[in-house]
Order: sequence, then structure tokens, then C-alpha cells
Amino acid sequence: MDYLRQFPEIEQETIKCMKCGNCQAVCPLYQETKSEGAVARGKIKLTEEVLEGKLEYTQRLAKIFETCLQCKACAVACPCGVEPDKIVLAARAKLAQERGLPSIKKLIFKVLSSPALFKTGLAVGARTQGLFFKQREDGQSTRIPISGIVLRRVIPKLAKTSFLNMVPENNNVPDARMTVAFFSGCTTNFAYPNVGTSIIEIMKQNKINVIVPKAQHCCGLPVLMHGDVATATEMAKSHVDIFSKYQVDAIITVCGTCGESFQTNYPELLKDDPEYSEKAQMLAKKTYDFAQFLVDVAVLDKSKLGPIDATVTYHVPCHIGRSMKAAQQQLEIIKSIPGIKFKPLKDPDRCCGGAGSFSLTHYDLSYDILKHKLDDIKSTGADYVITGCGSCRMQLNDGISQEKMPQKVLHTAELLAQAYQNA
Amino acid sequence: MSKKQLIQELVEALGQENVITEQEDLVCYSFDATPDVPNPLPDVVVTPTCTEEVAKVVTIALKYKTPIYPRGSGTNLCGGTVPLKGGIVLLSLKMNKILEIDPENLVAVVQPGVIIQHLNNAVAPHGLIYPPDPGTVTTATMGGSVAECAGGLRGLKYGVTKHYIMGLEVVLPNGKVARFGGKTVKNVTAYDLVKLFTGSEGTLGIITEITAKLIPAPETAAAMLATFSSLEDAGNAIKGIISSKVIPATLEIMDQVTIRTVENFAKVGLPTDAKAILLIEVDGIPEVVAREAEAVEKVVIENNGSIKRAKDEQERENIWTARRAALPALAQFKPTTVLEDATVPRSKITEMLLFLEQIAEKYKLDIGTFGHAGDGNLHPTILTDARDKEEMERVHKAVDEIFAKAVELGGTLSGEHGIGIAKAKYLELELGEAGMDVLRRIKNALDPEGIMNPGKIISN
Ligand SMILES: Cc1cc2nc3c(=O)[nH]c(=O)nc-3n(C[C@H](O)[C@H](O)[C@H](O)COP(=O)(O)OP(=O)(O)OC[C@H]3O[C@@H](n4cnc5c(N)ncnc54)[C@H](O)[C@@H]3O)c2cc1C
Ligand code: SF4
Ligand code: SF4
Repeated sequence: MDYLRQFPEIEQETIKCMKCGNCQAVCPLYQETKSEGAVARGKIKLTEEVLEGKLEYTQRLAKIFETCLQCKACAVACPCGVEPDKIVLAARAKLAQERGLPSIKKLIFKVLSSPALFKTGLAVGARTQGLFFKQREDGQSTRIPISGIVLRRVIPKLAKTSFLNMVPENNNVPDARMTVAFFSGCTTNFAYPNVGTSIIEIMKQNKINVIVPKAQHCCGLPVLMHGDVATATEMAKSHVDIFSKYQVDAIITVCGTCGESFQTNYPELLKDDPEYSEKAQMLAKKTYDFAQFLVDVAVLDKSKLGPIDATVTYHVPCHIGRSMKAAQQQLEIIKSIPGIKFKPLKDPDRCCGGAGSFSLTHYDLSYDILKHKLDDIKSTGADYVITGCGSCRMQLNDGISQEKMPQKVLHTAELLAQAYQNA
Repeated sequence: MSKKQLIQELVEALGQENVITEQEDLVCYSFDATPDVPNPLPDVVVTPTCTEEVAKVVTIALKYKTPIYPRGSGTNLCGGTVPLKGGIVLLSLKMNKILEIDPENLVAVVQPGVIIQHLNNAVAPHGLIYPPDPGTVTTATMGGSVAECAGGLRGLKYGVTKHYIMGLEVVLPNGKVARFGGKTVKNVTAYDLVKLFTGSEGTLGIITEITAKLIPAPETAAAMLATFSSLEDAGNAIKGIISSKVIPATLEIMDQVTIRTVENFAKVGLPTDAKAILLIEVDGIPEVVAREAEAVEKVVIENNGSIKRAKDEQERENIWTARRAALPALAQFKPTTVLEDATVPRSKITEMLLFLEQIAEKYKLDIGTFGHAGDGNLHPTILTDARDKEEMERVHKAVDEIFAKAVELGGTLSGEHGIGIAKAKYLELELGEAGMDVLRRIKNALDPEGIMNPGKIISN
């Protein structure tokens, strides 16, 4: 990721683009907007013009580069091996350098990037949310717009006790065959702690010790996504320090972006740092999505799975599928549960439009993208939508609740834990 | 009258949401898929939503004598959508409705912004297909493909876009709306103006509605991969297949440079020591497919080749993956990819292939050649770097020679990609002075002010 610091290096990537336009066919933003600036090809052309000194770092340019889901659909479809998502990140980093960060995001990042604030800030939020939010059974939506973000969005109730405060650091089982360190991520920690406790339960059933390092905080991807490379690098270092302390067989994640941080971004961000580079690479090699770990490494004990009588479908989170390449393993887990009737989506790996804070800053566009997913879900007639990422889950829950659809959204880990309980 | 007034009038006619003027956005419409052509900015981009709005734009453009450049998905390879002289880029993408599917008459009526693949998806439940399938089926618009008269892999048996266009609605350069052709299979009423506008590259008017012919989807298909140790054998096999009265749906060739690059990129098991391979597919009812596949195999063996038939869908997919990977794989090799589509009569394929090898040697260039061998439409692809001025000189000389040779062999400058800016200067080579004169007269008769996609086909 040298190009994140030295922008011109991105030319090595832009020059590969032959402007064929193939990315139009897969870019969810292009499908909605039909705008060349929304898709990889247009953004690459803009980057070239910036590099040639023909364009300034204007507000409009910043807006265009904000409009990208980082879903990587273009990178997979690109016949020339371009990684447009990286070009966008590099441009955002440069824009942040030249123009400063967008002010709404500054606030969010301040909380996310400070481990102490991260833990207390959102916890305070959990206790005071009733003051600002109208409670709903399925979640809640805001009454008042905060700092210009239109929040029609249904946001999950923040957990009264965060996952990290709920469980001990060491979760040992007798006759353990392995030990893993668990990185929970923000959504599990604050919104869906049940995913975290499910992981501990699943590992217990498979005779695996789970360490939950208490010092962990946000993985830093939201910060990196918006071009704050310096903060993201600090957060990377912090996690390398925290996780290197433990002697474990693997590091487990339950969210594609968190996993991607450990697997790809930390080593790249710390590549030139003599103190951290090697350690970051060691951690990267040991990092797995929980499903990847259970299917490819630890070999899941399927004999103890009880039946679940339900029809389910599965949404592939972009960073689980295209970044961590863990979708097959998640599916294998779902399909191995007795009683489950699996109805695939027509377009399982199309982005749900959530894309972290994109759903807050571009709510209408994000919701338009979500509608395709909701229609797809409807046509399966499933009782449950299973997915492997908390951020997608929030987005899906929002839509399902707004459209008054009957489906419930569950994380793959929760479904699996339920199957062990039903034994 | 100023640019500001022009934009003001466009906003009044179309609404602010359909008029784009910020510089950063204009940059996004200054280019298409064509390398090595200028990319000047338009003054404004408009996104009309119906024929009436298109007509309004043309009327305003006429008043201000401002050029209009119709644009679909911008995937053409001849600089066709580049706003060479500034002015208005008119985007068809908001006119993207499939207006009617009529299985009884085997036609569909669509707006120009419909993506080719979307039409195919919509007619599939009726057991029908719209055959023209350029490499860009999933991105190119119907309007753009009609305006380029796009071809594709199935061209040999099924023909190209012009064979499937039965009727058009066009906004003429004077702002009037005209309709030609329709749903009838037969139509000899007056001149064939549907054909005139098909392939007109946006220089004669703006297509606002298309009546397209559909055909029943073939029941089955067999795909084959034939390997040759000389270009001559491959060329003779192509001729032999056709003279044995088999018209494959697809008959594609790749030369050694392409084979090696593709294999390196896609790893589908291509024979990298072969001089050429042919990728062949026959389709139709099962009995015919079986008989034709046997005939093809016989011809290949007679011409010293070896042949493998795809045993299952996976193997078939591998063959077409390899073919689809040709251009992208070559493109990865060097920063700039100059893709030509000079076309020769089928009987001259071998001669052309050997000539291309010599040209690569003569100008010390990397040229990979692949293409629709069955219809003589080759894609010699020059791999270069636009930043290397000296090499680009050699590229331009090589291209000059390639076009001269194609015409000398009784062929044509462009089999399917169109003339645009990129090939305008070679036109006289093929058409001669008398032919050029006809072109100019047609253009002047329909577009006397020269506002419709200026600089394309006719360069002045
Ligand atoms: C990787 C790649 C592979 C390709 N493979 C093939 C192939 O196999 N066969 C082939 O034939 N081509 C091929 N092409 C070229 C291109 O995809 C086709 O010409 C395609 O049909 C262009 O469609 P478009 O919507 O992108 O048109 P655009 O590029 O937007 O426009 C093409 C031309 O049509 C005009 N135009 C657009 N819309 C209208 C309208 N409504 N009214 C009047 N004029 C209009 C434009 O002014 C321009 O001159 C390929 C291109 C690429 C990049
Ligand atoms: S990013 Fe890739 S798919 Fe998109 S235009 Fe460039 S080369 Fe084509
Ligand atoms: S990452 Fe996704 S949203 Fe961004 S340009 Fe690529 S396909 Fe479009």
C-alpha cells in the first residue's frame, strides 16, 4: 500500500486499465446511477487526470471518490487484473491529505480510533440511546437527524453489556485440541454480542480454547476506508502488539472487513516498518474467518449437530466472499445442519449496499441497492437470511423491517451454535 | 450566444437532474474504450428520458450550432463517442425500457439504452435469443450496437446486428422524428433506411427506438478445440470446414502469441507449442450437431491438426473462457492495447496471418492475433505503451500497412468496430474518391450543419 502514502505510485495500477467498461456490468452503484463517475472506469480516468495535474482536489472530486462501496465486484470482473477498489482508497487517502476528513466522519473516527473512547463511548450510547431513539421491537430508528446524516435507518439496539465486558478473557475447555484468539469486531461487540458467545460455544463443542483479548478495539478499516492512513496504521500496530502476545493456533474473525484487516491490510500498512512488518505477516497467516477455520483447519464435528427445521438463504458479504474467500465454507456449514432447507439467492454475492458508513452518508442510494437484495430474499420464501457479517446484517435488518418482511437475519455462527444446542 | 445560455436552455428543457456540467463529471464522458485518441471535455452531458426530450436537445443544439455526440455505454473501439469538438454528449442510458416482446412476430421493441444482455434475459423465457453478441454483451447498449452494427462470436452463422434490425425510430439532425421499417419480415417500401442508420455511428441522427428480430434458441451445441503446428494448416482447415457445407455458429482462431499469453493468464490447458488453434462450435438440433461435429473433426485431421470435443459443459466453458480471455490477457501484457479489426475474405485468412507475423517482425512489435476466422474478421492486437513516443511511431506505421494489406486482399478496414475517429483517415483507401463523395453527400443532405457526432467517419 505504498500508494496510500505516495500517491503517484498508483499509476502502476491505473495504467493497467484498458477502459473496456466491463466493470459497468457488475458495479451496484453504476446499476443504480448509470453514471460513469460511479463506476471504476470513470474513477480511474479521474485518477489519471489528477496524476497528470489536470484536475484539482475539489469537493466534487472528493464526493465522487466517496461514492464507492468497496465491494470489489469490479476487481473480480476486471479482465486486466486492475484493483479499482485500491485506486479509490489511494485517492481517498490523497484527498484526505489535501482537503482534510469530512467532518461527520471525523467524529465517528475519533470514537473508533481511540481504544478507550471506543469502549466507553458506545457503552454510554447504549445506556442513553432511549433518549434519542424511538424504540422498536426489531430495532430502532432515530427521531432526530444527527449532524446532517438522514437517519430513517433502523439501527439495532446497542447491547447493554458489550461482548467484551460479557465474557472472560480465557474460555478454556477440558482436553482442548487447539487454542484460538477471537477478534470480535465492533458489530459483534456492541450490537450482536450473541455472535461472540456463539463462537465460544461452537469452539467448546469442538474442543477448542478461545482467548478473547480484552485490549482489542476497532480493526481500523472504517478509518482506512476514508483515507485516514495514519490513524489506520496506528490501529494496525496496536492490534499487532495485542495479538502477538498470545501463543495461539489461529486468529478468528466473524466479519469480512475485520478479517481482511488482519489478513491483508495490516501487513500492507506495516510493510515498511521494520519492527512490525514481520509480526503483521505472521498474524495474517494465522487469521481465518470462523467458518474457514472450522472447515479447512479444525475440521468441524458435525456428529453433534442437532436439527433446525427452517428454510434459509445466504447473503455473501463482499469481504467474506471476494476478500477472505470464505463463502464456500460458510455455505458448507449451513448445509451440514440437519433439517435445513437451503434456498440460494439468485445473486448471492451482489453487495447489499451497506458498505459501512456508506449506508449512513448515502442512505437513499444505499437503500436502492438494498432493494434488489430484498426482492431476491423475498423470492426465496426463506424464514431466515443467514450472513457472515454484522454490517450486512444491520443493512438487511433495516430493509426487512422497513418493508415489513417476515424474515429474520442471523449470523452463520448463531445458526451453527443453535444446531449444537438442538442436539 | 453563449455556452451559459445553451446550458440554461437544456436545463429548462430536461430539468436540472438531466444536465451534467461539473468538470469532474465531464471528464468521465471525455473518453471511451479507444486507446490513442484525444479525450477533450464536452461542455455538457445530457440524459434525456424520452424521444421528445432527445428532439428538444437536437433543436437546441441546432439553434446554438453545437455538436451532439450520442453515447451508450462508451465501449466502442473507434473513438466514436469522443466529444472531439466540444458540445453536448447525449447519454441514452435513461431510455432503457424494453417496450414490447412479441413472441408471435418474433420481435422485441426496445429503447436505445437497453443493455444487449438484458434483452436476451428478457426473451429467454420465450425460448428466444437476440443473436448479435459482441464481447461486450453485458455492457453495450442496443443503441450503441445498432449504431456500430456490432458483430460478435456468432456472426458466421447468425450474422451481425444489421441482420436483426427491422425498424428504427430516429431523431434526425433537424430535430424531426422519423420511423422506418417495422415488425414485418418483408419490407421493400422505398430505400432501406433502416440499414442506412444501422452502422451510421451517430453521425446521421439519434436512434430512439429499435425493433429487433429474435430467433428460437438453438437446442444443443458442441464445442471443439483444434490444434495446428502451422498457420497454413489452420487456414486450410477454416476453408475446408466451410466447403464441407458446415457453417459453425462460431469459428475462432488464436495465434501462438495469443495462445501463450492466454494460457499464462487463464490456465485453461491450451497447447502452448501450437502455432494456431481453432475454437469451433456447431449448434442446432442434436442430429445435425452430431453430424456437423463429425464433419469438422474430419476436416481438421485431414489438415494435419488434432481435435478435442468438449465432453461436458465445464469443458465447453473452458474453451470459451479461453477465447474471452484473449483480449484481456493480451492487454495485461503492456499498458496500451491497440486492437484492430481489419477483415479479409475467408480464403485470404492464411495470407493475412502470415503478413501480420512479418509486420510484427519488421516493426519489432508484440502483435497477438485472434479473431473471428470463420468470417475473415481478425483482431491483430498490438501491445505497446502510449508513453513511448518512438514505439508509437512504429505502431502507427504497422497499422497503416495492415489496413493497406486488408484492402489489397479484397477486404475491409473494419469488420465490426466501426470507423469513428480512429480509422477515418484510411477511408479513402477503401472507398475511393467516388465513394467518399457519396458518403459526404449523404452526410450533408441529412446533417447540413454538421452537428451530429462531427469528426467521425468523415473527418472534416
Ligand atoms: C473488450 C471489448 C470487446 C468488444 N468486442 C466486440 C465484438 O466482439 N464485436 C463488436 O462488434 N464490437 C466489439 N466491441 C466494441 C463495442 O463494444 C461495440 O461497438 C458496442 O456495440 C458499443 O456499444 P455501446 O453502447 O458501448 O456504444 P457507444 O460506445 O456508447 O457508442 C458507439 C457508437 O454509437 C453511437 N451511438 C450510441 N448510441 C446511439 C444512439 N442511440 N443513436 C445513434 N448513435 C448512437 C455513438 O455515437 C458511437 O459512435 C468490443 C469492445 C470492447 C471494449
Ligand atoms: S477497471 Fe478493468 S473492467 Fe473496468 S474499464 Fe478498467 S480494465 Fe475494464
Ligand atoms: S468497489 Fe464496488 S462500488 Fe466501488 S467501483 Fe468497484 S464495483 Fe463499483
